[in-house]
Amino acid sequence: MSTSTFERKPPIKLAELSSLSPADIATINGVLARLKELPGALLPILHGIQDALGYVPKDAVPIVAKSLNLSRAEVHGVVSFYHWYRTEKPGEHVIHLCRAEACQAVGGRALETHVKTRLGIDFHETTADGRYTLEPAYCLGNCAVGPSLLIDMQLRGRVTSARFDRLIGVSA
Amino acid sequence: MITVYVSRDSAAISLGADEVAVAIAAEAARQGVAIKLIRNSSRGLFWLEPLVEVATDAGRIGYGPVQAEDVASLFAVGLGNAHPLCLGLVEELPYLKTQERLTFARAGITDPVSLDDYLAHDGYKGLKNALAMEPAAIIAAVTDSGLRGRGGAAFPAGIKWKTVLGAEGAQKYIVCNGDEGDSGTYADRMVCEGDPYLLIEGMTIAGIAVGATRGYIYLRCEYPYGERALNEAIAAAYANNWLGANIQGSGKHFDLEVRMGAGAYICGEETALLESLEGKRGMVRFKPPLPAIKGLFGCPTVINNVITLASVPVILDKGAAFYKDFGTGRSRGTLPVQLAGNIKFGGLVEKAFGVSLRDLLHTYGGGTLSGRPIRAVQVGGPLGSYIPESQFDLPLDYEAYAKLNNMVGHGGITVFDDTVDMAEQARFSMEFCATESCGKCTPCRIGSTRGMEVIDRLVAGDQPVKQEALLRDLCDTMLAGSLCALGGMAPFPVLSALNHFPDDFRPRATPA
Repeated sequence: MSTSTFERKPPIKLAELSSLSPADIATINGVLARLKELPGALLPILHGIQDALGYVPKDAVPIVAKSLNLSRAEVHGVVSFYHWYRTEKPGEHVIHLCRAEACQAVGGRALETHVKTRLGIDFHETTADGRYTLEPAYCLGNCAVGPSLLIDMQLRGRVTSARFDRLIGVSA
Repeated sequence: MITVYVSRDSAAISLGADEVAVAIAAEAARQGVAIKLIRNSSRGLFWLEPLVEVATDAGRIGYGPVQAEDVASLFAVGLGNAHPLCLGLVEELPYLKTQERLTFARAGITDPVSLDDYLAHDGYKGLKNALAMEPAAIIAAVTDSGLRGRGGAAFPAGIKWKTVLGAEGAQKYIVCNGDEGDSGTYADRMVCEGDPYLLIEGMTIAGIAVGATRGYIYLRCEYPYGERALNEAIAAAYANNWLGANIQGSGKHFDLEVRMGAGAYICGEETALLESLEGKRGMVRFKPPLPAIKGLFGCPTVINNVITLASVPVILDKGAAFYKDFGTGRSRGTLPVQLAGNIKFGGLVEKAFGVSLRDLLHTYGGGTLSGRPIRAVQVGGPLGSYIPESQFDLPLDYEAYAKLNNMVGHGGITVFDDTVDMAEQARFSMEFCATESCGKCTPCRIGSTRGMEVIDRLVAGDQPVKQEALLRDLCDTMLAGSLCALGGMAPFPVLSALNHFPDDFRPRATPA
């Protein structure tokens, strides 16, 4: 067997492969500088990145891993475990629609169908015009006055189909 | 100067409280009426939100539910005067007056982030007493009060604390489980948003009792309003020496920080929560070792639910006997019940244990919102049984519920009317378990998905007798073989639906 097969290739430089802009990388490094010394820092760091960029870009994973001295697999494992973190850029507005029992009891399933039809997307998807991303939530703690949703982290209760249309500025 | 209250609770905001507050400020300015607008916590009478309260010599007069467009007419009759939306004195409303509010004593009364308000309404009395006590005496008070974990498992809090006090460790932790993921529950959210100093005080007392100098509040990320209120209160507590080094000159030290979850229901399980706090996937740990011995970062840790910790200050303030006098059997004190789902008067009802479901659903709840008959209620969150009307007279008591495979849990009661399809609900329980399983044990990870499939075949009429036997067998495996309560209790709603509402599982007529 020729040794050339196993010849060491020069290490891949992260920056060359990254789809991230220099500004995004600076943001990520800023979050890391601020939070990496916390005990159990990974979740706060991922929240920091998602709060700043709207998502946790795939190419942020190696940067975070290197900074915390973890493997990429460990960081990827955490990002993919938690429903809240998303790895695709979201639309302008993010809607978290409650799917849980208390909302089901007051028409949550019908609202879910209406929202999906109105936006033309399923959960975890973004509308073609980039306006809305739809995510499921399992309880928003507004169970006495459902159905409920969060739109850009603002809580709305007693959401009927008509109220949803008004929220997104569509007249029925 | 007229003092006007509009709640800043997120449920009130979800119904328009912010818009009402803006309209009140604008109308007052326009008419030149001098008002002091306070954004208070919520009384928990959510069908009346947005509730506007006006301070008068006789007490606070309420109006609700108020929308922004009603504000001009409130000013037209004069604040505090008769109006179609006027409810009279809020504290005289039977829904509120008949409650036994110990943990929620300040709900709707104070400005949540005002430390002065907290101190003026019995705040920090419990901690002041605790600072003058030996750790063992604090723990004895908690044990004697009969307080049990309000998160759902109902483990005696004092025993947990005593174990941590006796455990060896250079560093110990107090962790608050604020991952209130159960549908139908919102009591933790109300404390975090509406009385954050109460939780801070409870955790500080716990820290002093067991010798822990660091605490974490693990709050779910679906609660952004709670996060802001807690952080604001923690900053004020530090600034006024209620947190940090040498608290109020006592020589005691306690640091506290809020950490946000990331949308994983399983992190409400205590060991998964600890993994998450350590920056890992929320995978359930084997027990033993118990968290009290080896918890956060391998150190002795008290981990309690929000309501458990928030019940501690009143016990230290008024004494164990005072708290223990409420309740029944081995369920002592009060439980903040949360009425949810299809209910006319949904809200928080804090009562001593022993109250019946029928009383809660009808006397307080007023029946369904839709006006149709109640068919089933799910008590204790998504892992709790569906309870039929024949069991509505059962007293709310941990042991009485457990005897019938029901669960008091965190006190959430979700009401369904007669349009509910119980097979659909059973399928959802399995679907939810599949979505939220951490994947560590097989019965939960695979059983939940297979459970959905079996229910699908059952209602499709594909060998229904065999499918039902298979479903029951699968549920038995999950109940007995799962590592934690998620897989170990998800069969409860499924089996209760199947046992009490078998007709819903019969094959459907296929649409022509």
